[in-house]
Amino acid sequence: MLIDAVTLQLGYNATLVAIGAALLGIAAGASGTFLFLRKRALVSDAISHATLPGVGLAFLVMTAFGGDGRHLVGLLIGASLTAAFGLWIMHGLTRHTRLAEDAAIGAVLSVFFGFGVVLLTVIQTVSVGRPAGLEDFLLGATAGMLYQDAVLIAVAGALAVLVVWALCRPMTLVAFDAGFAAAAGVNVRRVDLAMMGLVLAVTIIGLKVVGLVLIVALLIIPPVTARFWTNRSDRVVVIAGLFGGLSGFVGAAISATAPSLPTGPIIVLTAFVLFAVSMLFAPGRGVLAAWMRHRRQQRRIHLRQGLLAIAQDLPIYERYTLQLLVRAGLARADGVPTELGRRRAEKACRDESRWAVARRMHSHESAVSRYDGLLPIEDVLTRDEIREIDRQIADVGGECA
Amino acid sequence: MGGEFVMLSLVPILIGVLAAIACALPGNFLVLRRQALIGDAISHVVLPGIVVGFLLSGTVSSWAMMAGAAGAAVVAVLLIELIRRLGRIEPGAAMGVAFTALFAFGVLLLEQSDTSSVHLDVQHALYGNLESLIWVEAKGWSSLFDPVALAGLPPELPRIAIVALLMLVFTVLFWRPLKISTFDEGFARVLGMRTNLIGFGLVIMAAIAAVAAFDAVGSIIVIAMFICPPAAARLMTNRLEAQVLWSVAFAVFSAVMGYVLAGYGPLWLGADDAVSAAGMIATVSGLVLALAALYGPHRRSSGSPAEG
Amino acid sequence: MIRALQTAMGRSPIGDPLDTLSDKPLAVRGLTVSYGDKPAVFSLDMTVEDGSMTAIIGPNGAGKSTTLKAVLGIVPRLSGVVSVFGQPLAKSRPRIAYVPQRASVDWDFPTRVIDVVLMGLSRELGLLRPVRESHRQRASDCLERVGMRDFAERQIGQLSGGQQQRVFLARALAQDADLYLLDEPFAGVDAATERAIIDVLKGLRSEGRTVVAVHHDLSTVRDYFDHVMMINVHKVAEGPVAEAFSEENLQRAYGGRLAANLMNQLQLGGH
Repeated sequence: MLIDAVTLQLGYNATLVAIGAALLGIAAGASGTFLFLRKRALVSDAISHATLPGVGLAFLVMTAFGGDGRHLVGLLIGASLTAAFGLWIMHGLTRHTRLAEDAAIGAVLSVFFGFGVVLLTVIQTVSVGRPAGLEDFLLGATAGMLYQDAVLIAVAGALAVLVVWALCRPMTLVAFDAGFAAAAGVNVRRVDLAMMGLVLAVTIIGLKVVGLVLIVALLIIPPVTARFWTNRSDRVVVIAGLFGGLSGFVGAAISATAPSLPTGPIIVLTAFVLFAVSMLFAPGRGVLAAWMRHRRQQRRIHLRQGLLAIAQDLPIYERYTLQLLVRAGLARADGVPTELGRRRAEKACRDESRWAVARRMHSHESAVSRYDGLLPIEDVLTRDEIREIDRQIADVGGECA
Repeated sequence: MGGEFVMLSLVPILIGVLAAIACALPGNFLVLRRQALIGDAISHVVLPGIVVGFLLSGTVSSWAMMAGAAGAAVVAVLLIELIRRLGRIEPGAAMGVAFTALFAFGVLLLEQSDTSSVHLDVQHALYGNLESLIWVEAKGWSSLFDPVALAGLPPELPRIAIVALLMLVFTVLFWRPLKISTFDEGFARVLGMRTNLIGFGLVIMAAIAAVAAFDAVGSIIVIAMFICPPAAARLMTNRLEAQVLWSVAFAVFSAVMGYVLAGYGPLWLGADDAVSAAGMIATVSGLVLALAALYGPHRRSSGSPAEG
Repeated sequence: MIRALQTAMGRSPIGDPLDTLSDKPLAVRGLTVSYGDKPAVFSLDMTVEDGSMTAIIGPNGAGKSTTLKAVLGIVPRLSGVVSVFGQPLAKSRPRIAYVPQRASVDWDFPTRVIDVVLMGLSRELGLLRPVRESHRQRASDCLERVGMRDFAERQIGQLSGGQQQRVFLARALAQDADLYLLDEPFAGVDAATERAIIDVLKGLRSEGRTVVAVHHDLSTVRDYFDHVMMINVHKVAEGPVAEAFSEENLQRAYGGRLAANLMNQLQLGGH
């Protein structure tokens, strides 16, 4: 069943939804990256919640003019209008009052959503007997989706991906360093606006698939996931798009296999699994890798300090240092160094004096700037340079015999 | 209108007011700490919490669900901290990852389990059901002194009252540590304050307020009350003590006004059904904030000369 | 210098570090702090003399503020022990006052000058004890010492940078400590404030208290301080200004060419 789904054998609609979700995921992942890199990830939360009153108003307006209140395009236009209005209010609050952005986001999202709920109850009383089905926008619903709605989502998703691709360069520039971008002649304000417009578009497209509560996840989780795999902002965009697309596709496919697997949550949970795996196991920025690096560095620093203490006949202050020395066969449990320990201590101390001299010499400035207390001096200076340093030490009389 | 008012409206208004106060009190510190959205995150994860509480206990007992919700709030806070610290991800994004994933999990769980028979759905979680908390036994104002009638009060009322009192006690008791560590964390640490513990305690208090308020009024008011009254209050004064008082006043006003508008507003306009009280309370609090942002005496930052 | 340390601390190869550290106001051994993969401070030893006024100097990114924060337990340390008046930090907190960098707090916080100074009395006030007139009087006296008594009721966001720094110093004075640790107290303040602050600090020294400040202006080191601690991730030099604040040490701390420029500015060439 799952194989059928992933290989698109579950019927025309399910296939369209899966492709649409994948495109949506790519667009969301990529455009979410720009928000994430500007540390404004949760702005998307305000945008998505601010769509609800628009949906309600559009329904009321369309019904008042005698049309079908559930016409998807009409509802989405209403949604984008109030979302844009919410964004404008949020901007005004941060720009013209002393409130910080997080308070502005929270205020807009709760108030707009609250007002949306009021409108939904109004609609309930207006459209007696016929459920408006607007609640679907909260959590998304692809199960009973109309064919033309599925096409609409797929096409809009493809368009969003195209726009991301076209605007990628200036947006990366602004997201990475707005000041530099401005100096390079990029119109930061316009790019910012385009970025928000894109996020807004992705949110609107996603309303029907994952719903307004969870579309935020598609904008935030893939970029955060991608961040664990690279330090380069242009690559974050691409990787986030990939993760987003993968989550959308796999999630939609899995959800198509059973009615009790709602599309939105499954897509989000797929994205979260990718995130969790990346956070734990990604090389470089992953938690496991970072922890191992930290432990290794701590061990090296304690060993080095222990050796220096031995060389200078100083007490060893920390139990952990002694443990490491003992484990490495450099000292006995009572702190008395072994023969090997003495030799290594002597070498450590000699290197320390060499570094001290190197720091005084103008010619080795760049080498010295790389020194972190652990780097062997042989790694940065040639043998004759070291000999020269040793000569100077002999002249002044070093600290280590 | 006495009898009808006491029976239909008194309890919902009281619950709304107490819930608003319970959220606004910790909200003041959350807003000042730039953690306003933690309330947003917590109120989203309440849903998976109550579902798990229901599945584990097998009953719709409020206590099981509240325990589940509180547990979920703690899980969410820990998860956010974990992602922030270990993954070195900025707090906003860490929150976004954590609460959406937990919320998705809650919805999935809800779809998977047979909860359709009980009154447990997403809409209820979001909007609450303030209007249904009527005091059936009440016959009029005299019922306030009638032990039999009092015994029939909806249990949500004493619960939210206790939580509101707890928030008040917490705020008064830990006023100084909260204030100092919010203003200058480094200094607080040097004084020997456990700033991590204070921060965590504040978030846990917020979670308790969110869960209790959610039980009565749904999560949408919770977020609005965490943020809007304190934010509006910040624009009215430059003293923390006054700010907290303003925020309580705004919270009470929003709750009363919102309830009245939702219940009687449509009638005045000629419609015959009330609209969502929770949504209206959030809307009113937003209007209060809008007025404060436009006319508040301290709406702009005092323009501190950054480099003197 | 190593010999001096050895005699000061005995020669036992292991043992309770706090036994062997002196009861100096501040003694640090083997302090290493690392934010990422590169240590910000490496294996630092530091001893602050009683009643001295010590400047911690070094180039940007040398770990000056980090040292102070690690000593106070604000940032975690990878290795190292700290003793304050011969005791671990937890026991000696009441004897320490700390002035953080001005930029480290949100000056838009809704509070008044006097309330910030009263924070210095937190230990006495505890959780619930009411602020009495006597407390207010003491806070006001501290403001007087930094020349800010008239500003007591001001909102803190309305102050200039120099005035903010004075408020922070007044709060530290209210703590009535024996060891004052200041992080860049002269950064971005006007000349009048700088004079006011140094007068207060010298006053503290004359009362027998110990002052340690992270400092970045080399031209005032000789005038303001009696001891200096020069670091650049590692310790470069430590001791009385007359001995340790030498051209050679500056060169080691700030690197060759940069130091030459500094030297010209300082007109230290002849020393």
